[in-house]
Amino acid sequence: MTDNTTAYVILSAILFTIGTIGVLTRRNAIVVFMCVELMLNAANLALVAFSRMHGNLDGQVTAFFVMVVAAAEVVVGLAIIMTIFRTRNTASVDEPRMLKW
Amino acid sequence: MFESPGISYATLWPVLLVLGVACAGVVVEAFAPRAARFNAQVFLALAGLAAALAGTVIVGAGPSLGVSTGEGALIVDGPGVFSQGLVLLVSLGGVALFAERRLDNGVSAFAGQAAALPGTPAERTASQRGLEHTEVYPLMMFAVGGMMLFCVSGDLLMLFVALEVLSLPLYLLTGLARRRRLLSQEAALKYFLLGAFSSGIFLYGLALVYGFAGSMSLAEIGEVAAEEGSSPLLLLGIGLMAVGLLFKTGAVPFHSWTPDVYQGAPTPVTAWMSAATKIAAFAAMLRLFYVAFGAEGDIWRPAIGVVAVLTMLLGASFAVVQTDVKRMLGYSAVAHTGFLLTGLLGVQTDAFGSTQAVLFYLTAYGFATLGSFAIVSLVRGPNGEAGALDRWAGLGRTNPWVAATFAVFLLSMAGLPLTAGFIGKWGVFAAALGAGQWPVVVVAIGSSIIAIFFYVRMIMLMFFTDPSEDAAAVVTPSYATTIVIALSAVATVLLGVIPGPVLSLLVDAGGFIG
Repeated sequence: MTDNTTAYVILSAILFTIGTIGVLTRRNAIVVFMCVELMLNAANLALVAFSRMHGNLDGQVTAFFVMVVAAAEVVVGLAIIMTIFRTRNTASVDEPRMLKW
Repeated sequence: MFESPGISYATLWPVLLVLGVACAGVVVEAFAPRAARFNAQVFLALAGLAAALAGTVIVGAGPSLGVSTGEGALIVDGPGVFSQGLVLLVSLGGVALFAERRLDNGVSAFAGQAAALPGTPAERTASQRGLEHTEVYPLMMFAVGGMMLFCVSGDLLMLFVALEVLSLPLYLLTGLARRRRLLSQEAALKYFLLGAFSSGIFLYGLALVYGFAGSMSLAEIGEVAAEEGSSPLLLLGIGLMAVGLLFKTGAVPFHSWTPDVYQGAPTPVTAWMSAATKIAAFAAMLRLFYVAFGAEGDIWRPAIGVVAVLTMLLGASFAVVQTDVKRMLGYSAVAHTGFLLTGLLGVQTDAFGSTQAVLFYLTAYGFATLGSFAIVSLVRGPNGEAGALDRWAGLGRTNPWVAATFAVFLLSMAGLPLTAGFIGKWGVFAAALGAGQWPVVVVAIGSSIIAIFFYVRMIMLMFFTDPSEDAAAVVTPSYATTIVIALSAVATVLLGVIPGPVLSLLVDAGGFIG
């Protein structure tokens, strides 16, 4: 692994960690969802960096597919969050607690 | 110079047919008048699934089995085609349950208008006009297409795309219940957020594995891993990908969504997805771990063993204290994931190895769970399904046939002899013992005993307890649901009494190839 790639992979690891911590600690469903998107983009950065390191295009092509999947996920996710928000007037992930144990 | 990859349409047409039917369903939704949609959608879905099922049989019996197509993106091999067939079989049952309209005064189990807020005049109007969402059929077809691709994915990219194609429709279907809509929406939110989180983790693991091997193909990753030995990059990648798949299968500590979603989702959706998702996820998991990470077995086997032990113990113990039938079955599904993971600890052999054991267990469990949730949808009170356990008391006296059929499914899930579940459990335990994993098998036998306790307690409740004041009644369903329940019960008993044909079919199918 060249030094150049290492830097990008470390940056992607940092972004991934920020995303993960955000999902685990934030309470607003929209922010949680944005943190998930950050995790996907961290993976994209790693894929592109590794793709350049190995000298093939597999990683870059995968990054495009990930972007499409992320867009589809936004559609589904915002629809679900919207219905919850309209019913309860809150997008907090702590508020709905009818399902327990 | 770019060369387009060759695609073997002869082996892939069942998948393409299902996805084509899904697109046709969207067109019907857009152009057909409202009154005609229900019949058109149900016909399309049933015909498409039946034709695809026939297709998997033809592909499975044909000479082209075992081809790698699309530059290795899809591997159509014996176990892959078997699990595709199994997914299609339970999905046929799923469509029949989706189409059930006799249980709730002539409307389906899905929300009349998902956009109308619960408890508003808009919702009442939608209900009075008898509106229903027929979009559920195309959504289901897209999920089935994703599951079929997941079973035969030969590279990491296809694995990820198939995972998302099967997951996204499931999130939506979970939130579409007609009754108890707040519960259903909450379940959908939890499922979606945790599902998206786990697929993010899965994707990062995928990127690290690609960084290690320099290839997306599972077979090439396996070769590189065998040559170069393990590196931190690979191990981290395996760990993160395992988290993603363990989430989908509902293993401890990633199980928390399972009981919530099983309880909140419309019961036909629960019945279908508890069977189909598990089949697809385990088929993909076996291929990933045996083909790509086979060389690292010494490292992942102990870790998966610990997860299996925790999953079985927690699933069975929590199921004991539940007071809601759907939730109890949800925790029982968690316990079954543990038993299946026990099977994963074994090794692939030419004869009856762990691949065959796990696939047989999935067959047995698939029919039992489909049938048992179908029965849950029949037992109702004035406000919809009677979930609370105490309202099931005395059901065996008022409706002996329904209770007896439910008992058959419960006994199979408990793993008693002469039911399919017994052969399934015996198979996965033998596979794990063959790989020297006896401590896990000891725990598995202990958890089976805990599990027998709550299954038998349910049977005692139905047959030997007096009915309570607000006891639930059994509503007579349409022929479709009756046939699904009857066929599931027959399959559960037949697979237990004469498992030979299916076992030899599985041995002929062989192992997963790269």
